[in-house]
Amino acid sequence: MIIDHPLLGPRDISEFIYLGDATLLNRPNWDDKKAEDNFYKYLYLRENVAGMHKELWFHQQGDRSWLVISRNTVTHEIIKVELATEIKKKLEKSND
Amino acid sequence: MLLCKISFSKLLTDLLKRKDAHRMYYNILKLLKEGFNDNKGWKKTWQNPEIKKKYDVIIIGGGGHGLATAFYLAKEFNIKNIAVLEKKWIGGGNVGRNTTIIRSNYLLNENEAFYEFSLKLWETLEKQINYNAMVSQRGVLNVFHSDAQRDSFVRRGNSMIINGADAELYDVNKIKSIYPFLDYNNARFPIKGGLFQKRGGTVRHDAVAWGYAHGADELGVDIIQNCEVTGFKFKSGTCVGVKTSKGDILANKIGCAVAGSTSVLMSKANMNLPLESHVLQAFVSESLKPLIPGVITFGAGHFYISQSDKGGLVFGGDIDGYNSYAQRGGMDMLEDVCEGGLALMPTIGKARLLRMWGGIMDMSMDGSPIIDKTHIKGLYLNAGWCYGGFKATPASGWCFAHLLAKGDSHSLSENFQLDRFKNGYMIDEKGQGAQPNLH
Amino acid sequence: MTRLTRNKSSLINTHKTLSFVFDGKKYKGFEGDTLASALLANDVKLIARSFKYHRPRGIITSGSHEPNALVEITRDNYNEPNSKATTVELYEGLKAKSQNCWPSLKFDMMSINDKFSNFIGAGFYYKTFMWPSSFWEKIYEPLIRKAAGLGKLSRSQNNGNSEKGFLHCDLLIIGSGPSGLISAYIAGLAGIKVILIEEDYIFGGSLNNEIFKISNMSAQDWVQSILKEIRKLPNVRCIKNTSVIGMFDHGIFGAIQKLKQNKIEQIFWKIMSKKALLCSGSLERLIPFQNNDLPGIMLSGSIRSYLNRWGVNNFGKVLLFTNNDDTYLTALDLISSGINLIGVVDTRDNPKIFNSKIKVYKSSQVVNAKGKFSLKGVDIVNQEGKITHLKCDFLGVSGGWNPNIHLSCHTGVRPEWNEKIHAFVAGKKNISTHLKTVGSANGKFSLNECVLDAEKQVLEILSDLKMKPKKYNLPKIKEQSFEIDPFWFVKIGSQRKWVDLQNDVTVKDIEMAYAENFRSVEHLKRYTTLGMGTDQGKTSNVTGLAILASLSNKSIPDVGTTVFRPPYVPLSIEALVGSSIGKNFKPTRLTPTHNWARDYGASFTETGLWLRAEWYSQKNENHWRMSVDREVNSVRNSVGFCDVSTLGKIDIQGKDALEFVNKVYCNGFAKLPVGKVRYGLMLREDGIVMDDGTTARMTENHFIMTTTTVNAESVYRHLEFCHQCLWPEMDVHLISTTDAWAQIAIAGPNSRKIISKIVDKQFDVSNKNFPFMACKEITICGGVLARLFRISFSGELAYELSVPTQYASSLASYLMEIGKEENIIPYGTEALGVMRIEKGHAAGAELNGTISALNLNMGKMVSNKKDSIGMILSKREGLNTLDGLRLVGLKPIKANNQLISGSHLFALDDKINPKNDLGYITSSCYSPTLKSYIALGFLKNGCNRHGDKIKISNPILGNEAFAEVCNPIFVDANGEKLRA
Repeated sequence: MIIDHPLLGPRDISEFIYLGDATLLNRPNWDDKKAEDNFYKYLYLRENVAGMHKELWFHQQGDRSWLVISRNTVTHEIIKVELATEIKKKLEKSND
Repeated sequence: MLLCKISFSKLLTDLLKRKDAHRMYYNILKLLKEGFNDNKGWKKTWQNPEIKKKYDVIIIGGGGHGLATAFYLAKEFNIKNIAVLEKKWIGGGNVGRNTTIIRSNYLLNENEAFYEFSLKLWETLEKQINYNAMVSQRGVLNVFHSDAQRDSFVRRGNSMIINGADAELYDVNKIKSIYPFLDYNNARFPIKGGLFQKRGGTVRHDAVAWGYAHGADELGVDIIQNCEVTGFKFKSGTCVGVKTSKGDILANKIGCAVAGSTSVLMSKANMNLPLESHVLQAFVSESLKPLIPGVITFGAGHFYISQSDKGGLVFGGDIDGYNSYAQRGGMDMLEDVCEGGLALMPTIGKARLLRMWGGIMDMSMDGSPIIDKTHIKGLYLNAGWCYGGFKATPASGWCFAHLLAKGDSHSLSENFQLDRFKNGYMIDEKGQGAQPNLH
Repeated sequence: MTRLTRNKSSLINTHKTLSFVFDGKKYKGFEGDTLASALLANDVKLIARSFKYHRPRGIITSGSHEPNALVEITRDNYNEPNSKATTVELYEGLKAKSQNCWPSLKFDMMSINDKFSNFIGAGFYYKTFMWPSSFWEKIYEPLIRKAAGLGKLSRSQNNGNSEKGFLHCDLLIIGSGPSGLISAYIAGLAGIKVILIEEDYIFGGSLNNEIFKISNMSAQDWVQSILKEIRKLPNVRCIKNTSVIGMFDHGIFGAIQKLKQNKIEQIFWKIMSKKALLCSGSLERLIPFQNNDLPGIMLSGSIRSYLNRWGVNNFGKVLLFTNNDDTYLTALDLISSGINLIGVVDTRDNPKIFNSKIKVYKSSQVVNAKGKFSLKGVDIVNQEGKITHLKCDFLGVSGGWNPNIHLSCHTGVRPEWNEKIHAFVAGKKNISTHLKTVGSANGKFSLNECVLDAEKQVLEILSDLKMKPKKYNLPKIKEQSFEIDPFWFVKIGSQRKWVDLQNDVTVKDIEMAYAENFRSVEHLKRYTTLGMGTDQGKTSNVTGLAILASLSNKSIPDVGTTVFRPPYVPLSIEALVGSSIGKNFKPTRLTPTHNWARDYGASFTETGLWLRAEWYSQKNENHWRMSVDREVNSVRNSVGFCDVSTLGKIDIQGKDALEFVNKVYCNGFAKLPVGKVRYGLMLREDGIVMDDGTTARMTENHFIMTTTTVNAESVYRHLEFCHQCLWPEMDVHLISTTDAWAQIAIAGPNSRKIISKIVDKQFDVSNKNFPFMACKEITICGGVLARLFRISFSGELAYELSVPTQYASSLASYLMEIGKEENIIPYGTEALGVMRIEKGHAAGAELNGTISALNLNMGKMVSNKKDSIGMILSKREGLNTLDGLRLVGLKPIKANNQLISGSHLFALDDKINPKNDLGYITSSCYSPTLKSYIALGFLKNGCNRHGDKIKISNPILGNEAFAEVCNPIFVDANGEKLRA
């Protein structure tokens, strides 16, 4: 697969390491009453969709950036590649 | 001599008495009879029955596990009215495209006991289902390359023996005598020894699906192909049936055994599961004269290999590593696997890759399976087999059948609970934690 | 009797004669021949025996889809089995032999299988061999395995003559027939980067088989003229002898190039393309009828190839059998070459009249072929049922053409049925926009359509790439039509009709499979093995499907299609590995003092990719224990140094660095003063220990974290995850400095003396000013930048000195020199390991990914007062059970009983079974300090069992021992030496 890095252009997949669903960006609050349940769901339960999937990749052999990639898990087509920091900052803003 | 005589007469009585009780009974006499009859008398290996309106148990998934479950439900647990619903054609999923290995060499007691039970069931399977699945116990050797690896193999070998399986630790000279063609001279990671299980080996994977289907069919199970489950039917919170491409079907209990498609199926019951679906590639070479006597796994990279009876080298490696339902992987993984192969046995360099496939693996959050009820009454789940489901087929079928028939878990699968992640009872062989692609 | 006269219009060089050997007999051929064309020209028709029934077989095709003519090529130091004679280019001295027959090709004893074919049809082995069960492995299976297999691998090592490379282009054109050439021409002129790839050893594709005229020259000459134009373009790269074996996601292709007479025999190319055109032509298919596998029966298009390209003209009497117009081209060419064409048997009622000289048997079928080792004649039947016997030596069969769309399916697009040409074409639902089929691969079976199709598609691609086409000249080609009536197999007769010639699958096999309910295409394939041979079903798949359709009364598209998967042609495993063989399998990482250690005589061990010194033997030491025991004693009694550079080092800087460190460790760091180091326990989010190490606060906003060797990369990746994905608002920056700094541990009661000698005078390293767990940036040896940490893994008074890696080896030499008085010695990883076990320090063997802080007796270190990774889930019930595993020390009751890692632990009187399993030993060694074997392990409820005696069970190594449970800190439990 080819990943079109937002800063570096198209790179081969062998430069990257996969982590998992981008919901891992939404780490729960530790001091919430239901923290243990929230963390369990956050860490373990997945939609595992057959279709458009937002997921986290690390550019290990490049600029060491974390990326959020929107990819179809049935066709492997990649629609979007974004910097995780930007996505996370957007998420934080919308939560405020 | 006496043994021969007894065996021969037993053979005859077996052969002569069984044929009438069956729709289609296979043995050498039948093969000879049909040979003279221009093969006109062969009947269907399993039937194409009409779908009933209601069943005692519906199994969703016509793969190895689903068919085995149906077989044991009928044979061991006396359930009468069973249907297996398969979206496409039975045995078309992972059971039809794996590297055929059977073994019981796990580290953790919860796993080892279960897989050893499975291995024992493999040993008597063909008689049970009346189909030659070519169960061939020619040994599984896991080589290691460092002291740390040796230590973990010692721990594992001890687990195996403690759980009633067989295990031996080989030094490098012993390995040289059985597998002289491994790289002992120029290896980047020299072989230091290996863990050997004599009773491990290979099974003809297609025959497992067809054999269990045949066996289940003989016992009255309805095998329904080209029937896709599109949803569940609920009544007051209980699951009472399924919606399918061929209409609604009711059942008292519904068991799901669809491997890599589990999340897609269970999303129709609004469930998110501790699973990720990943692609695992498998490869076969052109057919060659016998070279590799058993199964060998490499310890300094992901690579395992055996040789099929037709002569092809069957080998594989790691999962590609990203969520996928595409049943195909990348070229870099192909190269990776071949590199591991040549590092272990340079002699296969000239063998030619003939075909490659990918399957959908249901990778779980600790690498171990799930055989449990769900929070929905009447709905049961069998999933999370990662890339190791094939060897588990008989035990998975047996334990899932037990759960469906009796309502509670068989002692050997009682730890494979769905909520073990919530409560902190993970069964993590590789020690990688909540990251499915590392298991 | 060799016959070397060939037709004039051929692409072989009749001035260059080549000698070759087949099955021990010498023959002659010409430069440009394949082994197959040369054998045919020498009247050799019998080439092989089929896989299962060992029936005599000959050459069927002229390309890589050949199912029958597989031979073994003997080379200098290895044999190449399963080589297709139709693709092997003839060279001087080529040695080939038939395979799968004994004792000879003509008299093969295994042909007895054919007599029993009724008993060993498809799937027979599933129905028997079940009894007695032990016989399967001992007798049946070994026999089957010996009989199977088409070729033998020699046991010699491979030669490492394969290389790999990368290619990038705008447009990849696969195939250099008319579509490929026109595409390369137009695209090349427009200036985009083009790669034209051809599987054959000459360019031209199907045009090499034709002598009709294009632009007033023969097709073969026209190929040369357009190639000349293409070769003028620097942006077009033409590569022949190269098969594209697979298409992968996003325009990535794999291709294997064979090189002639070169030290490098093959190159595996990974091609990254923006667009690709599949110009792979189409493959002719056979028509099964009784005994249609006799040598002499070929594809009719292949007869034309052998005639026009290789000039083979010793066909004798030729008959053609067809359902389509293309065969008449063969008929016309045979007549114009003066070859005796008996006629054309056409299944159609009203085929077009091509030439009055051709005798056409309309509405007829060939129903039977006669002959023993080669074709002697056939029976044909017409509409009225009248049987005619025709004598012939060669029969050219054509059941139609299948567009060669193999590659187009590789990324999941299923083919579609085209009713006009009665074949599958590439699916239009193009999931991948990368590859399009062109020309005959796209179902356009006439030449003029091919050219127009190529032009159209290239113009579309240029437009997509935002490039303008430059002027080009296309040849004018007469419009032709291609007519075909579907005809899949001859129903007449009860003798066997062959569908898959390699795996010996007949129409009867398919009928039987259907009766047994193997009715899907996938079931059919797996049960009968149709299409699973080395030709991957290229000549048999569609025919098999058609038979299945006829049995189930469905249309072909309703029955389905088998999906093609890579590789397009088989390729060797070594091609995919290239030069990453032997020691080059993975890189070797060397520590900064490696050369010094090697010169000193160290023995090395692998830790992951690293090579580390495990001990430094001295002259009188002939066993490793002697060296290791001495090293441990030297350190504990005086001083030693060890290279610990492989441990991960991560530099953390920024205003929020302290808060960041406090969040990634589970123990408290918020109050860490500047100039101090602290032990850090890092959990995974699931509460299990990920890694441990130390973090030093050099200045207010500058921290240096260490990790274990094995986890250096993954911890770094995790920290970046925490920063970028969880807390991007934090002002913190990370970088791995593992390879930039060498780290030397200097340990022992005399270590301060050594440190004082090396550190520059302005730095006070007294116990008062540089206490336990202090850290500072300093200089040594008159200004060399360094970092000093007072931390100890051995439990002795110790320091770790960090210098830029280029100084490491000289630092080691220098330490040896200045430490002479204290008898300083270097120590390796074994001694390091012994000392840390004596001190009860957890290391890799304990941090096995299933162990929590509580298991390590560090439960209280997990702070509940702050957010940190893993804290919440570490509280789960299953991780806090009363009988949970706890780290313990173990001392054997008999001091000289070795306790072995991997042993399981049991209560003294308990039976050895899983229910009674209490834990396992993780690390063990001989302790020279305690003069006893010792071990660390995890034991259920271990903290409450100190003093208990337990059983150590190790059945796999056949031993058992007894030990006392104790504090894992065997030496200096109060840590007095550390603070000295």
